[in-house]
Amino acid sequence: MLTSQFLLLGAILFCIGVYGVIARKNAVLVLMSIELILNSVNINLLAFALRNGSADGHTFALYIIAVAAAEVGVGLAMVLLIYRNRRSIGLDELSELRG
Amino acid sequence: MIAAELLVAQNIGFAVISVLMVIGALRVVTTRNVVHAALWLVVVLSGAAAQYVLLAAEFVAVTQVLVYIGAVMVLFLFGTMLTRARIGTERDLNNSYARLGIPVAGVLFAAMAIALVSSFGDEQLPSAARVVGVPEISDQIFGPYLLPFWALSFVLLAAIIGAIVLARKD
Repeated sequence: MLTSQFLLLGAILFCIGVYGVIARKNAVLVLMSIELILNSVNINLLAFALRNGSADGHTFALYIIAVAAAEVGVGLAMVLLIYRNRRSIGLDELSELRG
Repeated sequence: MIAAELLVAQNIGFAVISVLMVIGALRVVTTRNVVHAALWLVVVLSGAAAQYVLLAAEFVAVTQVLVYIGAVMVLFLFGTMLTRARIGTERDLNNSYARLGIPVAGVLFAAMAIALVSSFGDEQLPSAARVVGVPEISDQIFGPYLLPFWALSFVLLAAIIGAIVLARKD
């Protein structure tokens, strides 16, 4: 197996996630795209861990999974709060900070 | 390159899983149904777990299945059902400037692909790599990475409290 095949798979998933973050209006779908990005980073970390024969990449990947879980919890709580106040989770309607 | 180094089974498995993952990811960002997007995301996350097994990372793969497919997906489905009255196709899930994302993602991928191929090329992963087991990972977590582990525990605690404070009705 080549190193670059895993890294290219990670790059493809990362770019699809970036497209999702840009293109989607629904806040839950934006959070899902962020999960795609975090998973691509994990694939990269584990590929480098195998390449270098060390366990550091595994530790980083586990920490990233934990941070992603915390992020999804807080993000969905915020989405729920926005929905309760506005009856909508369209991200283009949240324009109170516009000067 | 002799035939024994080719690892045919692993490469076929990688190709099949990669194609499934890319199709799933594309459906996540293009489908018009939020619940379908969550279920396609399950495909991508399961494929990622399978890739971790190919990369000799069994413990991370099991954690991926437990945390992502078990917990995060339930959170996503809860979020979907709590924020949307109807479960079905929805018309306006995309921004008005959604087409702008295609060139951005394309340029980003081109830059990363050129950098990756030029720096790694056809470098082989070590085929007879030793499997990193749970003892080594725990030695890492409770050894040199103990301080990040504490910080992570604090982040999780803060996230739990923050989520409760944000989402409760008062």
